[in-house]
Amino acid sequence: MDFNDTPQEAAFRQEAAEWLAANVPSAEEIAGLSRLETAKLWQKRKFDAGWACIGWAKEFGGRGASAIEQVIWRQEEGRYDVPASFFVIGQGMIAPTMMAWATDADKERYLPKLASGEEIWCQLFSEPAGGSDLAALRTKAEPDGDDWILNGQKIWTSGAHFSDYGIIVVRTDPTVAKHKGLSFFFIDMKSPGIEVRPIKQLTGESDFNEVYFRDVRVPDSQRLGEVGQGWQVALTTLMNERAAIGAGFGHVNVNTAVDVAKAVTINDRPAIKDSAVRAKIADWYVKEAGLKYTGYRSLTALSRGELPGPENSIGKLVGAPQLQQISSFCMDLLEASGAIWDSDWAEEQDKIATGYLGAPGLRIAGGTDEIMANIVAERVLGLPQEPRADKGIPFNEVPTG
Amino acid sequence: MNFEFSQDQLLLRDQARGFLAEHCPPKAVRTVLDGEQDWDETLWNKVAEMGWQATVIPEAYGGLGLSYYELVIIAEELGRAVAPIPFGSSIYLAAEAIQHYGSEQQKSEWLPKLASGEAIATFALSEGPGRATVKSLAAQVSGGGLTGRKIPVPDAGIADVAVVVAANGDGAQLVLVPLKQSGVTVTPVRTLDFSRGHGCIEFNNAQAETLSGAKDGWLATQQLLDRAAVLYAWEQLGIADAALEQARQYALERYAFGRQIGSYQAIKHKLVAMYTKNTIARSNAYMGAWALQDGPEQLPLAAATARVAAIQASLFAAEENIQTHGGMGFTWEFDCQFFYRRAKLLSLAIGSEAHWQDRLVAALEHGTADPSQQVGA
Repeated sequence: MDFNDTPQEAAFRQEAAEWLAANVPSAEEIAGLSRLETAKLWQKRKFDAGWACIGWAKEFGGRGASAIEQVIWRQEEGRYDVPASFFVIGQGMIAPTMMAWATDADKERYLPKLASGEEIWCQLFSEPAGGSDLAALRTKAEPDGDDWILNGQKIWTSGAHFSDYGIIVVRTDPTVAKHKGLSFFFIDMKSPGIEVRPIKQLTGESDFNEVYFRDVRVPDSQRLGEVGQGWQVALTTLMNERAAIGAGFGHVNVNTAVDVAKAVTINDRPAIKDSAVRAKIADWYVKEAGLKYTGYRSLTALSRGELPGPENSIGKLVGAPQLQQISSFCMDLLEASGAIWDSDWAEEQDKIATGYLGAPGLRIAGGTDEIMANIVAERVLGLPQEPRADKGIPFNEVPTG
Repeated sequence: MNFEFSQDQLLLRDQARGFLAEHCPPKAVRTVLDGEQDWDETLWNKVAEMGWQATVIPEAYGGLGLSYYELVIIAEELGRAVAPIPFGSSIYLAAEAIQHYGSEQQKSEWLPKLASGEAIATFALSEGPGRATVKSLAAQVSGGGLTGRKIPVPDAGIADVAVVVAANGDGAQLVLVPLKQSGVTVTPVRTLDFSRGHGCIEFNNAQAETLSGAKDGWLATQQLLDRAAVLYAWEQLGIADAALEQARQYALERYAFGRQIGSYQAIKHKLVAMYTKNTIARSNAYMGAWALQDGPEQLPLAAATARVAAIQASLFAAEENIQTHGGMGFTWEFDCQFFYRRAKLLSLAIGSEAHWQDRLVAALEHGTADPSQQVGA
């Protein structure tokens, strides 16, 4: 065992690193630009040089890079503070859906502009009545000539306020069982009748939106898959979700706990010398290191040209609650001062309160802890699903509480 | 990135698993558990024919001179099978001590016999309740004679020789003590795992040879325990995975309230918690194996991490396997008890969870660079 690249991987890494060193925008170049403008500038530059979405086929703007090359690229690009999050959903989840289900003409029209960052996409799936139970969604589409008329509400839509297009699952037949009555479209977010309202999170930030649809007209040519086949199309998107979400859990980690424990005292001794503190730090290190080395095992599979095993499915399940626990414990070590979230007074501990306040979102986004555990239980351990009270019942007869 | 066993090593794992399925089925474990024997001597001899004891012992001393990657694979399979043999005492601890700290003559005398399984060795540190420290050692060595008492010592009743940690003035010393001599009295001690023999050894001015390569005996002891921690971690991992598989199988077969108990989230999430701990433990055990074979500077942190993760995974899996089985899991008749007993025994064998959590944080405070950072991962 070793941690080295193969000669081919090393050559690719060097090529990537050299291009990045020569092309990452300087501070002067992006002075005065917003984060979104900077992201678009950087994405376009990568696209023009063939470094955007490198795993995609050439015809869509990529370079057909292997899985391990994509990882190496992310590692090298990750050395720089360049914004990428605006494109994650579009490039990571929506593009694979388009590749699988869109017409050739639409792929040619939309994918290159997705890769270049000129057009940003959002994913309109969750609803107030359908989150973990996504297929319980109620937004409806009714046929009208060659168009469909959409009415309803989506929620938790990241980036809807700056997106040009979106993909959406809607109910086209409420008289059949819930998974069978869905259809899938892509839509122009500038269409009349769409209203985007930001949701203010408990952190005070607004990363998500509510999106309302009032008689929104969508051409039938923008349907992906058959009428009634929306669930299968949605699964293509969802299969790529965990690959896109959940990389990294903020700036709070076990080192944060070590630093705080060295800086404060318990009963007049450094807190790091307290055995209860040591036990917690050890346990968190075990998990953090365990996840890191689990990632190395998956990388090794990719490097050997194999599919990684299911072991990485535990990442979010372990990482998100751990962020909450570590940040909470760091605040405890600070005692009453742990409550301060005011950079005028305690700038160095800002990230701790930020981590604690943001952690509930990470435990929910992209599948709650509970749903993630069900997924691991069913797909990895092969355990049976819970019986479902709505199974086989027409959607409009399912109890809704 | 090459953080995986080689094809040959993976083949060895399959062979070892098949071999133990044939020669160490649950019935064989139960025979030792139920009977008066301390061990399964037949299995020990068969394992010796496979050359497992000889794995990392150098060829010059009758070993195979293979790497620790091969030895950890065997350790995992021995754990999975809950093998009732003195492999850990003799190989992970005593042979390692002799190989690393023994004189040429001590190595020539003992290693070939340990490699062939003809001789059994053990390691004696504990003297009674509480964590052993250099100050707590009462057993004394002076003028080539060892006097004192060690309890509990694994395999004391069947071992030919013991590596003993004893006080010598202000410090500690590692000494090699043949057990078939007049100054040594061994009395059986029952532990919670009846499938593994233990004893109390009284030394009364017993003839003891210094392992002279260990200049600072206490430091050498810690280094030995680091090495053994990785090997035991793999054995514990084998237990953890086997317990999870047993629980999963039962959850699929057992019905309650008209459906498989494995369809209830209370059971599913319990099994996922086992899977999660086992995966974390496995990945940390990989790092431990790498450090043991190729990264000595990383060993203190990697060994402690592997050990803590393996203790937590194996105990949780063994405990919750019984819980998943309900009342039947609590019976003598069911095999759930094998994992429960062995997991706890091994979690105490070379220092408790708290001991290794403490060592882990000490290594973090000391701060060794992570070699894997070189690739920017």
